[in-house]
Amino acid sequence: MSYSGGHILLSSQRESQVSRFPAWVMLVVPLAAILFQVYVPLFFEFLSFLQMPLLVVVYFALMRRSQVSGLLVGALVGLAQDSLSKNPLGMLGIVNTLVGYFAASVGLRLDVDHPLIRLLLTFFFFLFHQLFYWVMVRALLGQQLAFDLQKTLVLGLLNAVVGVSLFHFLDKLRKAT
Amino acid sequence: MESFLNRYRSITILLLVILAQLALVAVQVKNDQDVRLIRVWTVTAVTPVARIVEALRGGSSGLIRNYVLLYDAHEDNRRLQAEVGRLKLDNIYLKNEIGMADRAKALSVFQSHTPSRTVAATVIGTGAGTNSKVVFVDRGSVSGVERGMAVVTPDGIVGKVITAYPTASAVLLITDPDFAAGVISQKGHVHGTLKGQGTPICKVDYVPFDEKVEPGEWLYTSGDDRIFPRGFPVGVVKAVRSAQPFKEILVDPSGMARGLEDVLILVEGVHQAIPDTPPVNQSVFIGSPPPADTTKPPDNPVKSPPGGPAGTEADKLRTQYKDIGDAQGHKFGEGTPGSKPPDFNLKLPGPVGAPAAGQAPAAAPPASKPAVPPGGASHP
Repeated sequence: MSYSGGHILLSSQRESQVSRFPAWVMLVVPLAAILFQVYVPLFFEFLSFLQMPLLVVVYFALMRRSQVSGLLVGALVGLAQDSLSKNPLGMLGIVNTLVGYFAASVGLRLDVDHPLIRLLLTFFFFLFHQLFYWVMVRALLGQQLAFDLQKTLVLGLLNAVVGVSLFHFLDKLRKAT
Repeated sequence: MESFLNRYRSITILLLVILAQLALVAVQVKNDQDVRLIRVWTVTAVTPVARIVEALRGGSSGLIRNYVLLYDAHEDNRRLQAEVGRLKLDNIYLKNEIGMADRAKALSVFQSHTPSRTVAATVIGTGAGTNSKVVFVDRGSVSGVERGMAVVTPDGIVGKVITAYPTASAVLLITDPDFAAGVISQKGHVHGTLKGQGTPICKVDYVPFDEKVEPGEWLYTSGDDRIFPRGFPVGVVKAVRSAQPFKEILVDPSGMARGLEDVLILVEGVHQAIPDTPPVNQSVFIGSPPPADTTKPPDNPVKSPPGGPAGTEADKLRTQYKDIGDAQGHKFGEGTPGSKPPDFNLKLPGPVGAPAAGQAPAAAPPASKPAVPPGGASHP
Protein backbone atom coordinates (compact mmCIF):
# COMPACT_ATOMS: atom_id res chain seq x y z
CA MET A 1 0.00 0.00 0.00
CA SER A 2 1.25 3.48 -0.83
CA TYR A 3 1.05 6.17 1.81
CA SER A 4 -0.58 9.32 0.56
CA GLY A 5 2.07 11.78 1.52
CA GLY A 6 2.34 10.38 5.01
CA HIS A 7 -1.38 10.88 5.67
CA ILE A 8 -3.07 8.42 7.93
CA LEU A 9 -6.50 8.77 6.32
CA LEU A 10 -7.13 6.65 3.26
CA SER A 11 -7.40 8.92 0.27
CA SER A 12 -9.12 6.57 -2.13
CA GLN A 13 -10.99 3.32 -2.30
CA ARG A 14 -8.02 1.81 -4.12
CA GLU A 15 -5.91 2.25 -1.02
CA SER A 16 -8.32 0.43 1.24
CA GLN A 17 -7.34 -2.96 -0.05
CA VAL A 18 -8.82 -5.83 1.91
CA SER A 19 -6.24 -8.20 3.38
CA ARG A 20 -7.06 -11.84 2.79
CA PHE A 21 -5.89 -14.72 4.87
CA PRO A 22 -5.78 -18.47 4.26
CA ALA A 23 -8.57 -20.37 6.01
CA TRP A 24 -6.17 -22.13 8.34
CA VAL A 25 -4.85 -18.80 9.59
CA MET A 26 -8.37 -17.67 10.46
CA LEU A 27 -8.84 -20.90 12.42
CA VAL A 28 -5.45 -21.52 13.99
CA VAL A 29 -4.53 -17.99 15.05
CA PRO A 30 -7.63 -17.36 17.25
CA LEU A 31 -7.33 -20.89 18.68
CA ALA A 32 -3.66 -20.30 19.44
CA ALA A 33 -4.51 -16.97 21.07
CA ILE A 34 -7.11 -18.61 23.32
CA LEU A 35 -4.72 -21.45 24.09
CA PHE A 36 -2.05 -18.89 24.95
CA GLN A 37 -4.33 -17.26 27.48
CA VAL A 38 -5.31 -20.60 28.99
CA TYR A 39 -1.94 -22.28 29.06
CA VAL A 40 0.92 -19.78 29.21
CA PRO A 41 -0.03 -17.96 32.47
CA LEU A 42 0.17 -21.34 34.16
CA PHE A 43 3.94 -21.20 33.82
CA PHE A 44 4.58 -17.49 33.31
CA GLU A 45 2.04 -15.73 35.49
CA PHE A 46 3.36 -12.28 34.59
CA LEU A 47 2.12 -12.84 31.02
CA SER A 48 -1.48 -13.02 32.17
CA PHE A 49 -1.84 -9.30 31.41
CA LEU A 50 -1.72 -10.09 27.69
CA GLN A 51 -5.18 -10.19 26.09
CA MET A 52 -4.14 -12.25 23.06
CA PRO A 53 -7.70 -13.07 21.94
CA LEU A 54 -8.55 -9.36 21.95
CA LEU A 55 -5.43 -8.50 19.96
CA VAL A 56 -6.30 -11.14 17.38
CA VAL A 57 -9.87 -9.84 17.07
CA VAL A 58 -8.61 -6.28 16.60
CA TYR A 59 -6.09 -7.39 13.99
CA PHE A 60 -8.47 -9.42 11.84
CA ALA A 61 -11.16 -6.74 12.07
CA LEU A 62 -8.74 -3.97 11.07
CA MET A 63 -7.13 -5.86 8.24
CA ARG A 64 -10.16 -7.50 6.68
CA ARG A 65 -12.00 -4.16 6.68
CA SER A 66 -15.36 -5.90 6.83
CA GLN A 67 -17.71 -5.02 9.66
CA VAL A 68 -19.63 -8.29 9.38
CA SER A 69 -16.46 -10.36 9.38
CA GLY A 70 -15.05 -8.33 12.29
CA LEU A 71 -18.10 -8.73 14.49
CA LEU A 72 -18.37 -12.45 13.74
CA VAL A 73 -14.71 -13.07 14.62
CA GLY A 74 -15.22 -11.04 17.78
CA ALA A 75 -18.36 -12.94 18.74
CA LEU A 76 -16.80 -16.37 18.20
CA VAL A 77 -13.57 -15.56 20.06
CA GLY A 78 -15.53 -13.92 22.87
CA LEU A 79 -17.86 -16.89 23.24
CA ALA A 80 -14.88 -19.24 23.29
CA GLN A 81 -13.34 -17.14 26.06
CA ASP A 82 -16.61 -17.19 27.97
CA SER A 83 -16.76 -20.97 27.61
CA LEU A 84 -13.41 -21.28 29.33
CA SER A 85 -14.33 -18.99 32.19
CA LYS A 86 -17.01 -19.01 34.83
CA ASN A 87 -18.81 -16.08 33.18
CA PRO A 88 -22.24 -16.56 31.65
CA LEU A 89 -21.82 -17.15 27.92
CA GLY A 90 -22.06 -13.89 26.01
CA MET A 91 -20.38 -11.46 28.38
CA LEU A 92 -17.03 -11.33 26.60
CA GLY A 93 -18.87 -12.29 23.41
CA ILE A 94 -20.79 -9.01 23.36
CA VAL A 95 -17.72 -6.95 24.20
CA ASN A 96 -15.58 -8.61 21.54
CA THR A 97 -18.40 -8.33 18.98
CA LEU A 98 -18.46 -4.57 19.48
CA VAL A 99 -14.66 -4.39 19.38
CA GLY A 100 -14.65 -6.33 16.09
CA TYR A 101 -17.35 -4.13 14.57
CA PHE A 102 -15.79 -0.82 15.57
CA ALA A 103 -12.28 -1.94 14.63
CA ALA A 104 -13.48 -2.91 11.16
CA SER A 105 -15.28 0.44 10.86
CA VAL A 106 -12.06 2.25 11.74
CA GLY A 107 -10.12 0.04 9.35
CA LEU A 108 -12.26 1.33 6.49
CA ARG A 109 -11.15 4.90 7.11
CA LEU A 110 -7.59 4.75 8.43
CA ASP A 111 -4.33 3.41 7.11
CA VAL A 112 -4.08 0.50 9.51
CA ASP A 113 -0.70 -0.62 8.12
CA HIS A 114 0.94 2.29 9.91
CA PRO A 115 2.56 1.07 13.18
CA LEU A 116 1.63 4.23 15.10
CA ILE A 117 -2.01 3.91 14.08
CA ARG A 118 -1.95 0.28 15.12
CA LEU A 119 -0.44 1.17 18.50
CA LEU A 120 -3.07 3.83 19.19
CA LEU A 121 -5.96 1.69 17.98
CA THR A 122 -4.88 -1.33 20.03
CA PHE A 123 -4.50 0.86 23.10
CA PHE A 124 -7.92 2.41 22.53
CA PHE A 125 -9.68 -0.91 21.93
CA PHE A 126 -8.05 -2.45 25.02
CA LEU A 127 -9.44 0.39 27.14
CA PHE A 128 -12.82 0.08 25.44
CA HIS A 129 -12.81 -3.69 26.04
CA GLN A 130 -11.96 -3.35 29.74
CA LEU A 131 -14.35 -0.48 30.38
CA PHE A 132 -17.27 -2.03 28.52
CA TYR A 133 -16.74 -5.38 30.21
CA TRP A 134 -16.75 -3.63 33.59
CA VAL A 135 -20.00 -1.88 32.70
CA MET A 136 -21.55 -5.16 31.50
CA VAL A 137 -20.60 -7.04 34.68
CA ARG A 138 -22.11 -4.30 36.84
CA ALA A 139 -25.20 -3.81 34.72
CA LEU A 140 -26.09 -7.36 33.72
CA LEU A 141 -24.68 -9.45 36.56
CA GLY A 142 -24.88 -6.90 39.36
CA GLN A 143 -21.33 -7.70 40.48
CA GLN A 144 -18.94 -5.15 41.92
CA LEU A 145 -15.87 -5.60 39.72
CA ALA A 146 -12.91 -3.38 40.59
CA PHE A 147 -11.69 -1.01 37.86
CA ASP A 148 -8.23 0.45 38.36
CA LEU A 149 -7.83 3.11 35.68
CA GLN A 150 -4.08 3.57 36.20
CA LYS A 151 -3.42 -0.16 35.97
CA THR A 152 -5.69 -0.45 32.93
CA LEU A 153 -3.83 2.34 31.15
CA VAL A 154 -0.47 0.67 31.78
CA LEU A 155 -1.78 -2.73 30.69
CA GLY A 156 -3.32 -1.11 27.62
CA LEU A 157 0.04 0.34 26.67
CA LEU A 158 1.80 -2.99 27.19
CA ASN A 159 -0.83 -4.81 25.14
CA ALA A 160 -0.54 -2.19 22.42
CA VAL A 161 3.24 -2.64 22.21
CA VAL A 162 2.89 -6.42 22.06
CA GLY A 163 0.02 -6.01 19.61
CA VAL A 164 2.13 -4.02 17.12
CA SER A 165 4.77 -6.79 17.12
CA LEU A 166 2.10 -9.46 16.83
CA PHE A 167 0.43 -7.61 13.93
CA HIS A 168 3.77 -7.38 12.18
CA PHE A 169 4.14 -11.16 12.48
CA LEU A 170 0.56 -11.80 11.37
CA ASP A 171 1.10 -9.55 8.32
CA LYS A 172 3.43 -12.24 6.98
CA LEU A 173 0.53 -14.70 6.96
CA ARG A 174 -1.51 -12.55 4.58
CA LYS A 175 -2.22 -13.84 1.12
CA ALA A 176 -0.15 -12.06 -1.49
CA THR A 177 -2.33 -9.81 -3.65
CA MET B 1 -37.72 -3.06 3.27
CA GLU B 2 -35.16 -5.14 1.41
CA SER B 3 -33.23 -2.10 0.29
CA PHE B 4 -33.30 -0.80 3.84
CA LEU B 5 -31.78 -4.05 5.15
CA ASN B 6 -29.16 -4.03 2.41
CA ARG B 7 -28.22 -0.48 3.20
CA TYR B 8 -27.93 -1.15 6.91
CA ARG B 9 -26.72 -4.74 6.59
CA SER B 10 -23.75 -4.46 8.92
CA ILE B 11 -25.55 -2.66 11.70
CA THR B 12 -28.48 -5.07 11.40
CA ILE B 13 -26.23 -8.09 11.80
CA LEU B 14 -24.46 -6.38 14.71
CA LEU B 15 -27.74 -5.78 16.48
CA LEU B 16 -28.88 -9.35 15.85
CA VAL B 17 -25.63 -10.83 17.20
CA ILE B 18 -25.67 -8.55 20.25
CA LEU B 19 -29.34 -9.29 20.94
CA ALA B 20 -28.75 -13.03 20.60
CA GLN B 21 -25.91 -12.88 23.11
CA LEU B 22 -27.90 -10.66 25.44
CA ALA B 23 -30.69 -13.24 25.34
CA LEU B 24 -28.13 -15.94 26.05
CA VAL B 25 -26.87 -14.05 29.10
CA ALA B 26 -30.39 -13.31 30.27
CA VAL B 27 -31.44 -16.95 30.06
CA GLN B 28 -28.39 -18.06 32.03
CA VAL B 29 -28.74 -15.39 34.70
CA LYS B 30 -32.48 -15.80 35.10
CA ASN B 31 -32.55 -19.59 35.26
CA ASP B 32 -29.12 -19.90 36.90
CA GLN B 33 -28.37 -22.53 34.28
CA ASP B 34 -25.46 -22.94 31.96
CA VAL B 35 -25.50 -23.43 28.19
CA ARG B 36 -23.44 -26.53 28.56
CA LEU B 37 -23.17 -27.53 24.90
CA ILE B 38 -21.08 -24.53 23.82
CA ARG B 39 -18.77 -24.92 26.80
CA VAL B 40 -18.33 -28.63 26.09
CA TRP B 41 -17.40 -27.86 22.47
CA THR B 42 -14.83 -25.27 23.46
CA VAL B 43 -13.28 -27.28 26.28
CA THR B 44 -13.18 -30.38 24.10
CA ALA B 45 -11.43 -28.34 21.41
CA VAL B 46 -8.93 -26.68 23.72
CA THR B 47 -7.98 -29.26 26.36
CA PRO B 48 -6.59 -31.89 23.95
CA VAL B 49 -4.36 -29.21 22.42
CA ALA B 50 -3.31 -28.13 25.91
CA ARG B 51 -2.48 -31.75 26.73
CA ILE B 52 -0.41 -32.10 23.56
CA VAL B 53 1.44 -28.86 24.30
CA GLU B 54 2.09 -30.02 27.85
CA ALA B 55 3.35 -33.40 26.60
CA LEU B 56 5.60 -31.71 24.03
CA ARG B 57 6.94 -29.36 26.70
CA GLY B 58 7.75 -32.26 29.04
CA GLY B 59 9.16 -34.39 26.21
CA SER B 60 11.32 -31.68 24.71
CA SER B 61 12.73 -30.63 28.05
CA GLY B 62 13.58 -34.30 28.73
CA LEU B 63 15.17 -34.64 25.29
CA ILE B 64 17.24 -31.50 25.74
CA ARG B 65 18.28 -32.62 29.20
CA ASN B 66 19.31 -36.07 27.96
CA TYR B 67 21.17 -34.54 25.04
CA VAL B 68 23.09 -32.24 27.34
CA LEU B 69 23.97 -35.16 29.62
CA LEU B 70 25.14 -37.29 26.71
CA TYR B 71 27.13 -34.43 25.23
CA ASP B 72 28.76 -33.78 28.57
CA ALA B 73 29.60 -37.49 28.99
CA HIS B 74 31.73 -37.31 25.82
CA GLU B 75 33.21 -33.96 26.68
CA ASP B 76 33.94 -35.24 30.15
CA ASN B 77 37.21 -36.90 29.11
CA ARG B 78 38.60 -33.76 27.55
CA ARG B 79 37.37 -30.81 29.53
CA LEU B 80 36.87 -30.67 33.23
CA GLN B 81 34.84 -27.53 32.82
CA ALA B 82 32.15 -29.43 31.01
CA GLU B 83 31.92 -31.75 33.99
CA VAL B 84 31.20 -28.79 36.25
CA GLY B 85 28.47 -27.63 33.91
CA ARG B 86 26.93 -31.07 33.78
CA LEU B 87 26.92 -31.34 37.56
CA LYS B 88 25.22 -27.98 37.82
CA LEU B 89 22.57 -29.14 35.38
CA ASP B 90 22.29 -32.38 37.34
CA ASN B 91 21.77 -30.43 40.51
CA ILE B 92 18.97 -28.37 39.02
CA TYR B 93 17.35 -31.43 37.51
CA LEU B 94 17.60 -33.47 40.72
CA LYS B 95 16.25 -30.62 42.78
CA ASN B 96 13.27 -30.49 40.45
CA GLU B 97 12.91 -34.26 40.58
CA ILE B 98 13.07 -34.26 44.39
CA GLY B 99 10.48 -31.51 44.50
CA MET B 100 8.24 -33.45 42.14
CA ALA B 101 8.76 -36.71 44.02
CA ASP B 102 8.11 -34.87 47.27
CA ARG B 103 4.78 -33.57 46.01
CA ALA B 104 3.78 -36.87 44.43
CA LYS B 105 4.70 -38.82 47.55
CA ALA B 106 2.90 -36.40 49.83
CA LEU B 107 -0.16 -36.71 47.61
CA SER B 108 0.11 -40.50 47.61
CA VAL B 109 0.58 -40.70 51.37
CA PHE B 110 -2.34 -38.37 51.94
CA GLN B 111 -4.47 -40.32 49.47
CA SER B 112 -3.77 -43.61 51.28
CA HIS B 113 -4.41 -42.15 54.73
CA THR B 114 -7.53 -40.12 54.16
CA PRO B 115 -10.79 -42.02 54.59
CA SER B 116 -12.33 -40.13 51.67
CA ARG B 117 -12.23 -41.63 48.18
CA THR B 118 -10.17 -39.43 45.90
CA VAL B 119 -9.05 -39.06 42.30
CA ALA B 120 -5.62 -37.56 41.60
CA ALA B 121 -5.56 -34.85 38.92
CA THR B 122 -3.07 -32.49 37.32
CA VAL B 123 -3.70 -28.83 36.60
CA ILE B 124 -3.48 -28.29 32.83
CA GLY B 125 -4.70 -24.74 32.32
CA THR B 126 -6.15 -21.60 33.78
CA GLY B 127 -9.48 -19.95 33.12
CA ALA B 128 -9.60 -17.37 30.33
CA GLY B 129 -11.85 -14.85 32.06
CA THR B 130 -10.78 -11.48 33.38
CA ASN B 131 -9.61 -11.79 37.02
CA SER B 132 -10.59 -15.45 36.83
CA LYS B 133 -9.48 -17.82 39.58
CA VAL B 134 -10.46 -20.95 37.74
CA VAL B 135 -8.14 -23.76 36.70
CA PHE B 136 -8.69 -26.79 34.52
CA VAL B 137 -7.64 -30.27 35.67
CA ASP B 138 -7.15 -33.32 33.49
CA ARG B 139 -9.91 -35.43 35.07
CA GLY B 140 -13.51 -35.22 34.01
CA SER B 141 -16.81 -37.02 34.18
CA VAL B 142 -15.23 -40.10 32.59
CA SER B 143 -13.11 -40.44 35.77
CA GLY B 144 -16.17 -40.02 37.98
CA VAL B 145 -15.76 -36.30 38.63
CA GLU B 146 -18.98 -34.36 39.12
CA ARG B 147 -19.90 -30.73 39.62
CA GLY B 148 -19.64 -29.67 43.26
CA MET B 149 -16.90 -32.06 44.28
CA ALA B 150 -14.23 -30.74 46.62
CA VAL B 151 -10.63 -30.35 45.43
CA VAL B 152 -7.83 -30.61 48.00
CA THR B 153 -4.10 -31.10 48.42
CA PRO B 154 -2.36 -32.64 51.43
CA ASP B 155 -1.89 -29.10 52.74
CA GLY B 156 -5.52 -28.07 52.62
CA ILE B 157 -8.52 -27.31 50.48
CA VAL B 158 -8.00 -25.82 47.02
CA GLY B 159 -11.43 -25.28 45.51
CA LYS B 160 -14.44 -27.03 44.11
CA VAL B 161 -15.42 -28.43 40.73
CA ILE B 162 -17.78 -26.03 39.00
CA THR B 163 -18.07 -27.91 35.73
CA ALA B 164 -17.16 -31.47 34.80
CA TYR B 165 -16.53 -32.11 31.12
CA PRO B 166 -15.80 -35.58 29.77
CA THR B 167 -12.02 -35.24 29.81
CA ALA B 168 -11.43 -32.22 32.03
CA SER B 169 -13.00 -30.24 34.84
CA ALA B 170 -13.08 -26.58 35.77
CA VAL B 171 -12.16 -25.89 39.40
CA LEU B 172 -13.13 -22.66 41.16
CA LEU B 173 -10.23 -21.80 43.48
CA ILE B 174 -10.81 -20.69 47.04
CA THR B 175 -9.30 -17.30 46.19
CA ASP B 176 -12.10 -16.52 43.72
CA PRO B 177 -14.58 -13.90 44.97
CA ASP B 178 -17.44 -16.30 44.18
CA PHE B 179 -16.06 -19.06 46.40
CA ALA B 180 -17.52 -19.81 49.82
CA ALA B 181 -17.12 -22.69 52.27
CA GLY B 182 -18.05 -23.40 55.86
CA VAL B 183 -15.11 -23.34 58.27
CA ILE B 184 -14.55 -23.93 61.96
CA SER B 185 -11.73 -22.70 64.16
CA GLN B 186 -9.50 -25.20 65.85
CA LYS B 187 -9.54 -23.91 69.43
CA GLY B 188 -12.95 -22.40 70.04
CA HIS B 189 -14.77 -24.36 67.33
CA VAL B 190 -16.19 -21.07 66.05
CA HIS B 191 -18.14 -21.41 62.81
CA GLY B 192 -17.77 -19.00 59.89
CA THR B 193 -17.91 -18.75 56.11
CA LEU B 194 -14.69 -18.63 54.14
CA LYS B 195 -14.81 -16.36 51.10
CA GLY B 196 -12.31 -15.58 48.37
CA GLN B 197 -11.36 -12.01 47.59
CA GLY B 198 -9.55 -12.35 44.28
CA THR B 199 -6.25 -12.03 46.13
CA PRO B 200 -4.04 -14.71 47.75
CA ILE B 201 -5.65 -13.94 51.12
CA CYS B 202 -9.18 -15.08 51.95
CA LYS B 203 -11.59 -13.75 54.55
CA VAL B 204 -13.99 -15.38 56.99
CA ASP B 205 -17.43 -13.84 57.33
CA TYR B 206 -20.27 -14.23 59.80
CA VAL B 207 -18.17 -14.73 62.93
CA PRO B 208 -19.94 -12.79 65.72
CA PHE B 209 -17.80 -10.10 67.35
CA ASP B 210 -17.94 -11.76 70.78
CA GLU B 211 -16.49 -15.07 69.56
CA LYS B 212 -12.82 -15.69 70.20
CA VAL B 213 -10.56 -16.32 67.20
CA GLU B 214 -6.85 -15.61 67.44
CA PRO B 215 -4.20 -14.92 64.79
CA GLY B 216 -2.15 -18.05 64.16
CA GLU B 217 -5.10 -20.32 64.83
CA TRP B 218 -5.88 -22.99 62.25
CA LEU B 219 -9.20 -23.21 60.48
CA TYR B 220 -10.73 -26.44 59.22
CA THR B 221 -13.69 -27.22 57.03
CA SER B 222 -16.87 -27.53 59.07
CA GLY B 223 -18.79 -29.74 56.64
CA ASP B 224 -21.77 -27.38 56.81
CA ASP B 225 -21.56 -26.55 53.10
CA ARG B 226 -22.07 -30.20 52.07
CA ILE B 227 -19.14 -29.87 49.68
CA PHE B 228 -16.05 -30.13 51.86
CA PRO B 229 -16.11 -32.90 54.45
CA ARG B 230 -15.46 -31.79 58.02
CA GLY B 231 -11.87 -31.70 59.23
CA PHE B 232 -9.81 -30.65 56.19
CA PRO B 233 -7.24 -27.90 56.84
CA VAL B 234 -8.18 -24.54 55.34
CA GLY B 235 -5.45 -22.16 56.49
CA VAL B 236 -4.05 -20.04 59.28
CA VAL B 237 -5.74 -16.94 60.66
CA LYS B 238 -3.54 -14.04 59.67
CA ALA B 239 -5.37 -11.11 61.21
CA VAL B 240 -8.48 -10.54 63.31
CA ARG B 241 -10.16 -7.17 63.49
CA SER B 242 -13.07 -6.33 65.72
CA ALA B 243 -16.12 -5.04 63.89
CA GLN B 244 -19.88 -4.94 64.26
CA PRO B 245 -21.72 -7.23 63.98
CA PHE B 246 -19.11 -9.65 62.64
CA LYS B 247 -15.38 -9.89 63.05
CA GLU B 248 -13.08 -9.25 60.08
CA ILE B 249 -10.85 -12.28 59.81
CA LEU B 250 -8.18 -12.73 57.15
CA VAL B 251 -6.92 -16.22 56.39
CA ASP B 252 -3.79 -17.39 54.63
CA PRO B 253 -4.98 -20.50 52.78
CA SER B 254 -2.67 -23.49 53.11
CA GLY B 255 -3.84 -25.62 50.18
CA MET B 256 -1.91 -23.76 47.50
CA ALA B 257 1.10 -22.85 49.63
CA ARG B 258 3.41 -25.11 47.60
CA GLY B 259 2.07 -24.24 44.17
CA LEU B 260 -0.77 -25.84 42.33
CA GLU B 261 0.22 -28.70 40.06
CA ASP B 262 -1.24 -31.91 41.45
CA VAL B 263 -4.53 -32.05 43.35
CA LEU B 264 -6.99 -34.60 44.67
CA ILE B 265 -10.69 -34.51 43.86
CA LEU B 266 -12.86 -35.92 46.64
CA VAL B 267 -15.18 -38.33 44.87
CA GLU B 268 -16.62 -39.53 48.18
CA GLY B 269 -15.92 -37.26 51.14
CA VAL B 270 -15.83 -38.62 54.68
CA HIS B 271 -16.14 -36.28 57.65
CA GLN B 272 -13.23 -36.31 60.07
CA ALA B 273 -12.67 -34.99 63.56
CA ILE B 274 -11.13 -31.55 64.02
CA PRO B 275 -7.58 -32.26 65.26
CA ASP B 276 -6.44 -30.77 68.56
CA THR B 277 -3.06 -29.80 67.24
CA PRO B 278 -2.20 -27.78 64.16
CA PRO B 279 -1.50 -29.88 61.08
CA VAL B 280 2.19 -30.52 60.58
CA ASN B 281 3.84 -29.86 57.28
CA GLN B 282 2.90 -32.91 55.30
CA SER B 283 5.84 -32.79 52.93
CA VAL B 284 7.80 -36.03 52.75
CA PHE B 285 11.08 -35.80 54.54
CA ILE B 286 14.15 -36.99 52.69
CA GLY B 287 17.14 -37.16 54.98
CA SER B 288 20.47 -35.58 54.21
CA PRO B 289 23.45 -37.88 53.58
CA PRO B 290 25.34 -39.01 56.69
CA PRO B 291 28.21 -36.68 57.58
CA ALA B 292 31.71 -37.76 56.66
CA ASP B 293 33.98 -38.89 59.49
CA THR B 294 35.88 -35.69 60.17
CA THR B 295 38.17 -37.25 62.79
CA LYS B 296 40.15 -39.14 60.14
CA PRO B 297 41.49 -37.19 57.20
CA PRO B 298 41.03 -39.06 53.94
CA ASP B 299 44.11 -40.98 52.86
CA ASN B 300 43.28 -40.67 49.21
CA PRO B 301 41.07 -37.67 48.55
CA VAL B 302 41.72 -37.98 44.81
CA LYS B 303 39.45 -41.01 44.72
CA SER B 304 36.43 -38.97 45.73
CA PRO B 305 34.15 -38.13 42.84
CA PRO B 306 34.34 -34.53 41.62
CA GLY B 307 31.04 -33.62 43.17
CA GLY B 308 32.29 -34.49 46.70
CA PRO B 309 32.07 -37.64 48.81
CA ALA B 310 28.33 -38.01 48.19
CA GLY B 311 28.13 -39.05 44.54
CA THR B 312 25.30 -40.10 42.28
CA GLU B 313 25.03 -43.54 40.65
CA ALA B 314 26.58 -42.01 37.53
CA ASP B 315 29.53 -40.75 39.58
CA LYS B 316 30.08 -44.21 41.09
CA LEU B 317 29.95 -45.80 37.65
CA ARG B 318 32.38 -43.22 36.32
CA THR B 319 34.78 -43.89 39.21
CA GLN B 320 34.52 -47.63 38.58
CA TYR B 321 35.33 -47.24 34.87
CA LYS B 322 38.19 -44.90 35.67
CA ASP B 323 39.61 -47.48 38.10
CA ILE B 324 39.30 -50.19 35.45
CA GLY B 325 41.08 -47.95 32.95
CA ASP B 326 43.83 -47.13 35.46
CA ALA B 327 44.33 -50.82 36.28
CA GLN B 328 44.92 -51.53 32.57
CA GLY B 329 47.00 -48.43 31.94
CA HIS B 330 44.34 -46.96 29.69
CA LYS B 331 43.71 -43.24 29.51
CA PHE B 332 40.22 -42.33 28.36
CA GLY B 333 40.00 -39.89 25.49
CA GLU B 334 43.50 -40.59 24.17
CA GLY B 335 42.92 -43.79 22.20
CA THR B 336 42.89 -43.61 18.42
CA PRO B 337 39.91 -44.95 16.46
CA GLY B 338 40.22 -48.72 16.14
CA SER B 339 42.55 -49.10 19.12
CA LYS B 340 41.70 -51.75 21.69
CA PRO B 341 39.32 -50.51 24.36
CA PRO B 342 39.85 -51.46 28.01
CA ASP B 343 38.17 -54.59 29.34
CA PHE B 344 35.23 -53.22 31.29
CA ASN B 345 34.40 -56.70 32.64
CA LEU B 346 37.65 -56.76 34.57
CA LYS B 347 36.92 -57.57 38.22
CA LEU B 348 38.66 -55.21 40.57
CA PRO B 349 39.24 -56.13 44.20
CA GLY B 350 37.04 -54.31 46.67
CA PRO B 351 33.57 -52.81 46.37
CA VAL B 352 32.36 -50.67 43.52
CA GLY B 353 34.04 -47.34 43.64
CA ALA B 354 36.82 -48.62 45.88
CA PRO B 355 40.40 -47.92 44.81
CA ALA B 356 42.08 -50.29 42.39
CA ALA B 357 44.83 -52.72 43.33
CA GLY B 358 47.98 -51.03 44.51
CA GLN B 359 46.24 -47.89 45.64
CA ALA B 360 45.52 -46.87 49.20
CA PRO B 361 41.89 -47.23 50.26
CA ALA B 362 39.84 -44.12 50.84
CA ALA B 363 39.15 -43.30 54.47
CA ALA B 364 35.41 -42.86 54.11
CA PRO B 365 33.24 -45.07 51.93
CA PRO B 366 31.39 -43.19 49.23
CA ALA B 367 28.23 -42.02 50.85
CA SER B 368 25.16 -41.97 48.76
CA LYS B 369 22.02 -40.02 49.40
CA PRO B 370 19.31 -42.38 50.56
CA ALA B 371 16.13 -42.13 48.51
CA VAL B 372 14.02 -42.96 51.56
CA PRO B 373 15.20 -42.43 55.13
CA PRO B 374 15.28 -45.42 57.43
CA GLY B 375 12.13 -45.90 59.40
CA GLY B 376 9.64 -44.73 56.82
CA ALA B 377 9.28 -42.05 54.23
CA SER B 378 6.55 -39.88 55.57
CA HIS B 379 6.06 -37.83 58.66
CA PRO B 380 2.53 -36.60 58.29
